[in-house]
Order: sequence, then structure tokens, then C-alpha cells
Amino acid sequence: MLLLALDTATPAVTVALHDGTDVIASSSQVDARRHGELLLPAVDRVLTEAGRKLEAVTGIVVGTGPGPYTGLRVGLMTADTFGLALGVPVHGLCTLDGLAYAADIEEGPFVVATDARRKEVYWATYADSRTRLTGPAVDRPADIAERVAGLPAVGAGALLYPDTFPRAHEPEHVSAAALASLAARKLAAGEELTAPRPLYLRRPDAQVPKNYKVVTPK
Amino acid sequence: MTDSRDEPLVLGIETSCDETGVGIVRGTTLLADAVASSVDEHARFGGVVPEVASRAHLEAMVPTIDRALKEAGVSAKDLDGVAVTAGPGLAGALLVGVSAAKAYAYALGKPLYGVNHLASHICVDQLEHGPLPEPTMALLVSGGHSSLLLSTDITSDVRPMGSTIDDAAGEAFDKIARVLNLGFPGGPVIDRYAKEGDPEAIAFPRGLTGPRDPAYDFSFSGLKTAVARWIEARRAAGEEVPVRDVAASFQEAVVDVLTRKAVRACKDEGVDHLMIGGGVAANSRLRALAQERCEAAGIRLRVPRPKLCTDNGAMVAALGAEMVARNRAASGWDLSADSSLPVTDPHVPGHDHVHEVGEENLYS
Ligand SMILES: [Zn+2]
Repeated sequence: MLLLALDTATPAVTVALHDGTDVIASSSQVDARRHGELLLPAVDRVLTEAGRKLEAVTGIVVGTGPGPYTGLRVGLMTADTFGLALGVPVHGLCTLDGLAYAADIEEGPFVVATDARRKEVYWATYADSRTRLTGPAVDRPADIAERVAGLPAVGAGALLYPDTFPRAHEPEHVSAAALASLAARKLAAGEELTAPRPLYLRRPDAQVPKNYKVVTPK
Repeated sequence: MTDSRDEPLVLGIETSCDETGVGIVRGTTLLADAVASSVDEHARFGGVVPEVASRAHLEAMVPTIDRALKEAGVSAKDLDGVAVTAGPGLAGALLVGVSAAKAYAYALGKPLYGVNHLASHICVDQLEHGPLPEPTMALLVSGGHSSLLLSTDITSDVRPMGSTIDDAAGEAFDKIARVLNLGFPGGPVIDRYAKEGDPEAIAFPRGLTGPRDPAYDFSFSGLKTAVARWIEARRAAGEEVPVRDVAASFQEAVVDVLTRKAVRACKDEGVDHLMIGGGVAANSRLRALAQERCEAAGIRLRVPRPKLCTDNGAMVAALGAEMVARNRAASGWDLSADSSLPVTDPHVPGHDHVHEVGEENLYS
């Protein structure tokens, strides 16, 4: 097994290679505005570091979000196209699940929250690092304060809103290494992963143009 | 005669607006032109919604690449390069295509060419009428652009002669169609109604045609307002709006200015070829009037068939093939989508070491 994992659903552009036992190379760069530029060179770097060729990869794992759409699509489109060109399966994993796995918390419940912009967070709750209880959903922190009260929390969305998440701590962003490890574990256990389709959670912003304005003086 | 097998086989990806286009060409020969459009999803908004377009590109890309390869009857491993629209266009939409092209080229071990959307609109004519004459004058008119461009070499030298100072020509068609309640997109429906109307029924203004106005620039905002006012006045007076005459007179005002300025630019620059591209090039009256005026001026007119005039992947492949044929530098793996890529950059060359690293990986 050689899994190439990537995630662009948070400000981190993150890539990892997993041989079924361990992560053999990885790269993470935090730059919310340059996912498109950074991802392919990162893939190239990780392969070079591991001394492997892309054509040796047996499966692609991609974070399906939720996350800011423009960046999220970079990872999904790259994964989809790799899958097409290489003829290997492309597996989706919820980005928040990757963060929960990286948090390595055995006794929950706890919360994973990422920055959804517009003063909202993408969030989900977990019983332990591998078991999601609720979500993912997108909400204003104040609106979910009661539901997450007292719970430990990880992710940039939790760190950003200490009033709602007073027990927030690292990790801040997802890592492809965690995503790859989680996927390898699930695949080895015979679990089905999801399709590599985006978790947008919001309808597209579509400002319907206002009704035609009368331009003649009344 | 050269063996056509020697000509570069290139796949082109276009996602600058609402069409997901994947085309395959060998040199100047069109092999496949697969397009998935999200236009129906935008219709109820009366215009292209960027996020809706981006979402549709992501869903349509892989099936459209597949379709293009089947249509062309070629194998991806035989490609000599992968080309993609790097800009200009909608930033988020462009990024989907650029991501796909990069991953595809990288995985196949092929060079990547990020190319200019406007230069691609010109280059596509090679698929219809053979190699572009050098120089070529090009009039590009669509919902996104209205430009007069002069090119001596489509891979390296595209000069802007003039462009719209406000709305694109196609945008004006969309807006007038909306005012007339004819739906979206406006171009085809106005063309259809105009055929049954009188183009001289109403004297709408010709923007920027005064003696002191810039010779090659366009303006359609004033025309748009004038047409809307005229319609409103009728409605306010409780009279019926003569839709066919309005459509014909409006359309005549647009194509009159476009063709007049394009022919003048050819004469001033001593260019004996004019190509017209972009979605509005499908307009039947634009084609007819351009033909008439070019003939009178001794200019040879080249207009590709309508399907090649609207946004598509074949035009990107056509320019990519020209980049390969003329040994232009490939783009780097860090190629970015540039929503305002200048028209003077026909492609986005990379820093040369980037590809070496990648190929080492694939072939070592
Ligand atoms: Zn266009």
C-alpha cells in the first residue's frame, strides 16, 4: 500500500505519503491564499524525499472539508485528476476527522472547529479521536456555546473564539500525515471511506440581481 | 508533406467562466471538443454566478476529460503536453482548471502550458482555417471581453489595439435581453428576434464614434442605457414595446461599431486579415456585416464556426500545440491562476528547474 494524502481545506497546504505502516514523508505549509501554487510542488517534494514515483501510489486520500471553497477545491480537483491519470482509487475523508485523529484524545467528548470565515466555524464533536458524534456543521460560535460548553476543543476555529471554546488547544490545522494514517487504518480494517466530494455545507452565494431598475425619471 | 503524426498532440482545459471545456488537437487539427456547461444553473440569476460555476467545474472535469479522450481516440500517454487557461477569467473557476491540468500533466509526466484565454480565442481559428496569417487582426467579443488585438506571433506577441471602456458587448446583449424579459443568455435570443425586426426602426447611439474619441476603443454602457430608457418610456406611456425592432436596432448599433472599428484598425495597420472570435462572433448580423465591410475593404475575414467561438478547451489546446511547435518554455508546477493575466502574456513560462525535479521523480 502506498497512499498519497492531501488536504487544502484549512489554511494549511499539507501532503503526506504513507506506506501502509508509517508516514514516510510529509509537508505542511500554512498560507491560506496560495493553495493552488503550493500543492503540486509539495507533492513533488514529498515524493522526492521518499524516493518514490507517483505511479507507485496505490490510492489517493483527500480531505473533503468542510473548508473555504476555493482552497478546498484545489485539493479535491488535484486528487480526482491524479486518480484519473493513474487509474487508482480516490478516497475522501472529512477534514475535521483528520484533525480529531491528530488531536489524539482517547477520552472524549471533544470538539473540532475550523475557521469558516464570516464569523462562523465548521465544527463536529467526537467521542474519541476516531469516532465522530455530531456534525460536521457550520454555525456562529455564540449559537453553539451551550452545546460545546466545558468540552476540550482543537482547531483554528476553536482557538479563534476563546469565549465559546475556553479549553481550546493545538493542533491548529489538519495534517495530511494524520489523514493518511487514519485512512490507512480504516482501509486495513476493511472500512469504506467516503467519495471524494466536497462538504460545502453552505449553498453558493448567489446574489440574484435586483429586479430591473427603471432608469427613466418618474 | 509532413506527417501529421509529427505535429504536437495537446490536451487543453478551459474553465475561465461557466463552460468546462476539454479539447484535444494535433497541430492545427481538431480531434475533440468536449464541453460541459453550467449555463442552465445561472439562467435564473440572469448572469454567471462565480461560485456556482466553480462547483460545476469540479464535478464536470474528470468526465469531460474522459469524453474528450474517447472522442479523439487517443491515449493520454501519447500527449505531448497539457495546456490550460491560466487567465484572465473568474479566479475561483480558473483555479479548478489549473489544478486539474497541473495534476494531469504531472501524473502523466508531460509539460504543462498555462496560456492566455484571449490568445486562445484567436488561435482556435487555426483549427478551422489553418495557420494564422502573421500578422492577424483579431476582434474578440463575448460576455466577458470586447477587444481589438494585433498579433504577429500568437505564442509571443499580442498587442492590444483597443477594448471596451465599460461593458463587454455580450454583457450589453444580456442586459437588453433581461430588460425585454427574453431570458439569459441574451445573445442568441436577441439575434433571433432581430431577424424579424427593422434595424433602422430606432436610431440608437453609436458609442465612441466621434472624431475625437479613441479610434479602437468601445463603449456599450451608453447604448444600453439609451435602449433601456426607450423601452421604459414606451412602457410608461402604456404602449406595447416592439421587441423585434428594438432587438434589431440595438444589435445593429453594436455590430456597426464593432465592424467599423475593426476594419479601420486593419486599414490603419496595413493588415489584410481580420479574425473574429468570442461568443458574440456567433451573431449572424455581426458575421454578415463584417463580411460585407471586409470585402469592400479588401480584407480577408476569418470567423470560426460558432462552437469554436464560444469558450472551449479546443482553443486552449490549439494555443498549447503552437507553444510546443514553437518550443516555448513550459510552465512551472507552481503555476497560479491569474484572473487579470495581461493580454500581452500569451503564456506563463516557468522557471526552468521546476520541471526537471518532477521528471526525475517519474522516470528515475
Ligand atoms: Zn472567452
